[in-house]
Amino acid sequence: MNEIVAKVLKGDARSIARLITLAENNDPDVMSAMKDIHPHTGNAYVIGITGVMGSGKSTLIYELTREYRQQGLKVGIIAIDPTSPFSGGALLGDRVRMMELATDDGVFIRSMGTRGMLGGLTSAVYDVVEILDASGKDIVMVETVGIGQAEVDVIKIADTTLVVLVPGLGDSIQTIKAGVMEIADIFVVNKADRSGVEQTIAEIESYIDIANTDRDRKTPVLSTIAKESKGISELIYEIDKHREYLKKTKRFDAQRRKRYEAELVEIIRKRLMDFIFDEPKFTGKVESLIDQMSKKEVDPYTAADEILGKILK
Amino acid sequence: MERKIRVLVAKPGLDGHDRGAKIVARALRDAGMEVVYTGLHQTAEMIVESAVQEDVDVIGLSLLSGAHMTLFLDVTQLLKKKGIEDVLVVGGGIIPEEDVPKLKKAGVTGVFGPGTHCEEIVEFIRKNVKR
Repeated sequence: MNEIVAKVLKGDARSIARLITLAENNDPDVMSAMKDIHPHTGNAYVIGITGVMGSGKSTLIYELTREYRQQGLKVGIIAIDPTSPFSGGALLGDRVRMMELATDDGVFIRSMGTRGMLGGLTSAVYDVVEILDASGKDIVMVETVGIGQAEVDVIKIADTTLVVLVPGLGDSIQTIKAGVMEIADIFVVNKADRSGVEQTIAEIESYIDIANTDRDRKTPVLSTIAKESKGISELIYEIDKHREYLKKTKRFDAQRRKRYEAELVEIIRKRLMDFIFDEPKFTGKVESLIDQMSKKEVDPYTAADEILGKILK
Repeated sequence: MERKIRVLVAKPGLDGHDRGAKIVARALRDAGMEVVYTGLHQTAEMIVESAVQEDVDVIGLSLLSGAHMTLFLDVTQLLKKKGIEDVLVVGGGIIPEEDVPKLKKAGVTGVFGPGTHCEEIVEFIRKNVKR
């Protein structure tokens, strides 16, 4: 077996970190490593934390982690922030709220840039969840970028998805309901010491009454004040209840199967894109087709067919 | 695929002035790097552990309190103790001229005082990353 994989399986932080870097960079070595990692996965419970900017997702993760650590569980955290589409750089600032966890060897935190992915995640996130899982983490938390309306990809990877809102969003709940409101397994109204919390909860409740399609379970709405550690054990209780519910109703395996499907699609997408857009024999063709499109000599669909035709034959 | 340079920016010790660190963090981001910002009041252990987990190429330390000879060197010593040799350490802040050679000798390879242009720091990092 791969030397780095052997160390990851023992929980060695430096090897975990290095393998994550290889996965992020799409390194050719990562393929064989992931072959050895995959059989050791499936034990970690994955919690997705998503919500609007400034809703306190990182602080909430910090508090949840402290509670899980008291239960003796090991925790992996993936904190995703947006990559600048202009420079390709990223400012990853989620750690600021979690620094007290930095020296706890039962916690591994990794900050990642989206690197061009839309949907609130980053392409390598599936690999990173598997790596943390295989390294012996009991809980893996995935914090998405601060979201608006359509960043809903987190449900592809999470067993339980928390949607974090804050009081005073008012009408904006109406606007975000389209995508983001539909993905919550649990709603969290954080910063509940602010005014307007009752109204926000009522708005979410009324949304759930209309939209809830699952007859067996009503999506709970909790309020927390993460920076004062309030409401955290109640939240953990609801996460546990959701986990039991998934197991009892056989939804757990179905959901995990969907994760593998999403992972497979992502790997194929990534490799196909690299194949087309990094391959010298195609890049020239792509450029000239774009030129022809600009001059109205060819339409977009015919241009796409020209490229795809070369691969599919 | 092109590798991105990852940088940890940290403020060790008791110093609440983070404007400089934030400006540098932004400049590095605009130069295409991934910058992990850790905030204020960090111990050497927190900084080194974070650098390990984040697998950064560079640690950037910022200090305006005058305690750099202790706090910067705590970080380089801890790195040495852990056998971490492939991380470039740079520092900035109010640092007297006579301390610069001592810091460099102790492993703070680049030292940048007030008035440094951000491009200079970007260039230095690009030239000196160890992997």
